[in-house]
Amino acid sequence: MDAKRDTSAASSPGSPCSSGTAGDGATRREFLGGALRLTGGAVVVLMGAAVAEANEKGGEAKGEAYNWEEHLYAYLIDTSKCIGCGSCVRACKNENQVPDGFYRTWIERYVVGMEETHVDSPDGGLNGFPPIQSGFVATKSFFVPKMCNHCRKTPCTQVCPVGASYRTKDGAILVDGDRCIGCGYCVQACPFGSRFLHPATHTASKCTWCYHRITKGMKPACVAVCPTGTRQFGDLKQENDPVRLAIEHDRVGILQGHLLTEPQCYYLNLDKEVR
Amino acid sequence: MPEISGFSFPNDVHVTWSLMIVMYPYITGFVAGSFIVTSLYHLFGRQEFKPVARLAMATSFAFLLIASLPLQLHLGQPQRGPSVMITPHFTSAMAGFGILYSFYLVILVLEVWFVWRQEIIERAKRSRGVVRAFYAVLALGTYDQSPEAVEIDHRAIQILAGIGLPAACMLHGYVGFIFGAIKANPWWSTPLMPVIFLLSAAVSGIALLVILYQVFARLGRRPVVPSAMSALASALWFFLILTITLELLELIVMAYERSESWLIISELITTRLEFSYVTVQMIVGGLIPFILLAVVVLMNRYLHERVRNTLSTVAALLCLLQVFSMRWNIVIGGQLLSKSLRGLRSPYEPEVFGREGVLMAIALMIAPFVILWAFDRVLGIEEGEGEPEDASPSEGGGAASHAPNA
Repeated sequence: MDAKRDTSAASSPGSPCSSGTAGDGATRREFLGGALRLTGGAVVVLMGAAVAEANEKGGEAKGEAYNWEEHLYAYLIDTSKCIGCGSCVRACKNENQVPDGFYRTWIERYVVGMEETHVDSPDGGLNGFPPIQSGFVATKSFFVPKMCNHCRKTPCTQVCPVGASYRTKDGAILVDGDRCIGCGYCVQACPFGSRFLHPATHTASKCTWCYHRITKGMKPACVAVCPTGTRQFGDLKQENDPVRLAIEHDRVGILQGHLLTEPQCYYLNLDKEVR
Repeated sequence: MPEISGFSFPNDVHVTWSLMIVMYPYITGFVAGSFIVTSLYHLFGRQEFKPVARLAMATSFAFLLIASLPLQLHLGQPQRGPSVMITPHFTSAMAGFGILYSFYLVILVLEVWFVWRQEIIERAKRSRGVVRAFYAVLALGTYDQSPEAVEIDHRAIQILAGIGLPAACMLHGYVGFIFGAIKANPWWSTPLMPVIFLLSAAVSGIALLVILYQVFARLGRRPVVPSAMSALASALWFFLILTITLELLELIVMAYERSESWLIISELITTRLEFSYVTVQMIVGGLIPFILLAVVVLMNRYLHERVRNTLSTVAALLCLLQVFSMRWNIVIGGQLLSKSLRGLRSPYEPEVFGREGVLMAIALMIAPFVILWAFDRVLGIEEGEGEPEDASPSEGGGAASHAPNA
């Protein structure tokens, strides 16, 4: 995946992005995109510039151009591809100003043996993973990126006493920071640990699938920077969307299916140890 | 940063619901518990509870006035708190709070008014000037003390108690529901939770009245009516047995089912909550008062009054501790456990100062007693000359003949 691909992917409904101006040539941008990918968020700015370049329209038109009834987003994570580089966590932190010690997305490392399993996520995988000695015979190990599952039947919006947490028509679970009373009920109700009370705003905060980006036709920051294609973002209303095709035809798993929250983050190659 | 044993989801290391959310069910527990006691007399005609019926109602009222404060103090955006009542999102269990709270408040205020109406009128007649105007306003301008009016008061009290009891139970059962209906947290998610909360509310309410009754009797230089103490002790014993049984059943079912979460919950109880759950909630707050109350109830006739009162008081204090530790273990314990079911965080230590600190919690616990004191000054908690209840031949009637000077 490179910058070019992202530009083309982002151009679907065709909307501009106001963040940054396009100053670099395509080749140089590609080079920089490739080089900076592993550093996470910085590249996001460049992507934004590319999209801005691709579309000449004024900033105000974009809001009207986007029709949320034309989309239904879903997320696909292929755990067999994740290398635990932490780019996604850094990109998310930079893109969304996620405060230290809190995570909108994180990566878990599983080191599994026949008798024992070790799981860790040092700083949510923000700085990658240092080597560990498991102390038992590990027979497999892998990384699992985690985030809000944007469940269709989510308990977090159900329990919000003022309706500040809600599901958009295009399938994202968002929090209205101007209405949230900061009671923390949604934080307790989320089975995946995806929510937290923001230490500065004292309101609930969570992954938005980078709603400010996806409504401009861009990918979420974590997807944009993933160097291995572990993270994919798609639109279930597009017939040939790769994520839709994967969900339709592959054996996909979800987290904590027994809770019947209908997560919209699907996993490929999910191991039994992952909860 | 808290220390983690095992693996915790990175956002699970924060204790979002603080000491204030422990205080909230503790305080509403007193509201429901003392209302149950007052209902035993006003609704079910149990005469042995008559000496504490008015005190119980005043206690319920005093605690209800501050019941919403801990919630308000906990909110990240307290100025938006009223929107829970103005624009409630009805799928939320929490949205019911505003409705239930207001409803119960209205019922209780009405009931208090009817119960104390004669007292208000008497005081209005006795006093002069501003004080008289104050009582006249409280009396809503009607000084009717005719037998018919008293009879209407009596009926109104019964009807209000009939509505108030389920309302009080709903108010507190609903607090348990807030926890019990969170499927994400296996330590909370059980249909037993509302029932356990309700029963432990009765325990805390009765236990508080055992102590308050004696304190008020001593302050007002009135004798403690033995039958009332025995009745309170019996009721306390009964509700304590039910509470502990259900609290244990919840665990036993989980263990016997070998549910997915049992491994981590057993670790939670035996490590992080070893002191607060095993020692305080189950042994010091459960087993010991159970034995003390068993002595009081089963050997009642052999006990000297002072021994009975002392045993009951000690048991009541331990019961108060039991219920507090139960609230703590549920609210805080549930957050030490990661939803990964693989890890526990280090014990939570509340801040001392600050909006959600220990000092605030202490202030919240003192506030109802200040309200109660003010209530006594303004209306007189014990029965005065103008008591609307038909004088029953029980000991309670004679014991409360002395009206306190307001």
